[in-house]
Amino acid sequence: MAELWTGYVWPTVMIVARILAIVLPFMLAVAYLTLAERKVIGAIQMRKGPNVVGPFGLLQPIADGLKLFFKETIIPTGANKAVFFLSPALTFILALVAWAVIPFDEGWVLANINVGVLYLFAISSLGVYGIIMAGWASNSKYAFLGGLRAAAQMVSYEVSIGFVMISVLLCVGSLNLSDIVHAQAERGWFVFWHLPMFVIFYTSCLAETNRSPFDLLEAESELVTGYNVEYSSMTFALFYLGEYGNMILVCAMTTVLFLGGWLSPIPFAPFTLIPGVIWFALKVSVLLFGFLWIRATFPRYRFDQLMRLGWKVFLPFSLVWLVLTAGVLEYADLLPK
Amino acid sequence: MSFLDRTARTWLLTELLSGMAVTLRYFFTPKVTINYPFEKNPLSPRFRGEHALRRYPNGEERCIACKLCEAVCPAQAITIEAEPRADGSRRTTRYDIDMTKCIYCGFCQEACPVDAIVEGPNFEFAAETRAELMYDKAKLLSNGDRWETELAARLNADAPYR
Repeated sequence: MAELWTGYVWPTVMIVARILAIVLPFMLAVAYLTLAERKVIGAIQMRKGPNVVGPFGLLQPIADGLKLFFKETIIPTGANKAVFFLSPALTFILALVAWAVIPFDEGWVLANINVGVLYLFAISSLGVYGIIMAGWASNSKYAFLGGLRAAAQMVSYEVSIGFVMISVLLCVGSLNLSDIVHAQAERGWFVFWHLPMFVIFYTSCLAETNRSPFDLLEAESELVTGYNVEYSSMTFALFYLGEYGNMILVCAMTTVLFLGGWLSPIPFAPFTLIPGVIWFALKVSVLLFGFLWIRATFPRYRFDQLMRLGWKVFLPFSLVWLVLTAGVLEYADLLPK
Repeated sequence: MSFLDRTARTWLLTELLSGMAVTLRYFFTPKVTINYPFEKNPLSPRFRGEHALRRYPNGEERCIACKLCEAVCPAQAITIEAEPRADGSRRTTRYDIDMTKCIYCGFCQEACPVDAIVEGPNFEFAAETRAELMYDKAKLLSNGDRWETELAARLNADAPYR
């Protein structure tokens, strides 16, 4: 009996507790990201943004969530019901499971696996299925076109994201995300070594999460809102949560790959005493602010421009940079052993 | 040289960054939002809001049932019926405005020879049912009684310009 407790029950309880410790702050962060988006875009357009629900509008995300929760779920008659309900759940779950390998601080990681980067890459590639399935199952032309665009766009930009990751991994010699941060403690943040790659990665992340100026699959002026037109109530909320969760996820990925994860930017006494998780959250917030700032600044790309940027600019450039990195590392004998 | 300029601009993303600098500057500018139910914009004396039928200071209604407003109304929102009163003066027995048809052009108050029908400063008369927006004579007269001070001031302020 005692063996069952120590060998099975207690570890399960601990894992569930850790999962909750990641998921609950994450959900809160997603909720407040939606508010932050409205506030930031409002401020840039010289408006105040939501400020009525609670002090400074801080309860607005809760009011929005409650409203969505109490709405009616409408299923279009032509929809494929099973797939129709599966796709929002898939989008949301994929946005959640990727957090298992993200290191928030030294040792603060749910699963410290050695294929962390591959795992993240696999999960973010699967994200496109949620959107394609939603577009197809809705049986609506707008949703379908949105799904098609999402597929083309997300697949194209994953290629350059992959090459950017490889340039970083060449300097690390490990796919473990904690090791990537450790390597940056030794060699300096990769944003300094790979600045052009950082720009390409960040821009590709915008396209990967379907954010403006690459939000062609939403394109409300021509596709109403693309793949999620037919969704309402909680199914819509799950898409929304998944979308914003993915934004936070790619910003966390950028932080780990380029901005030194939980490392303090100023490596001496008063700053190194601040817990790493706070530095991590700060870096992610700065990157997320960039997402909102970019959305408020740039107009949407045309689809051919989007494809040209992905295939004819980012892909060759990151390929050349990859070869260059490999050459420099080999020539200067800097390859990690 | 222009080739170098263009290439540098493209690869250093200076145009994108200067665009973002503009939006960042606006991020910190004072906001123009009016805290609406608590703060309101000033209204011009010519603002055309909810209608009202005015009275003379002695309490006699101004409208003489000439039906010019009914005739000029481009949306045909006004319906008037009239007959002589016991004292021989000509007055309306029915004065209806369908506020759902009205386009707030202000022709009725322009047409009115006695300043009886006017469009007041009130724009907060949203209703929950359609029926509430079918204004009858009693409603319009009570509007006039409620807003008279303001209506007189507005007409006075605009008088030098007509």
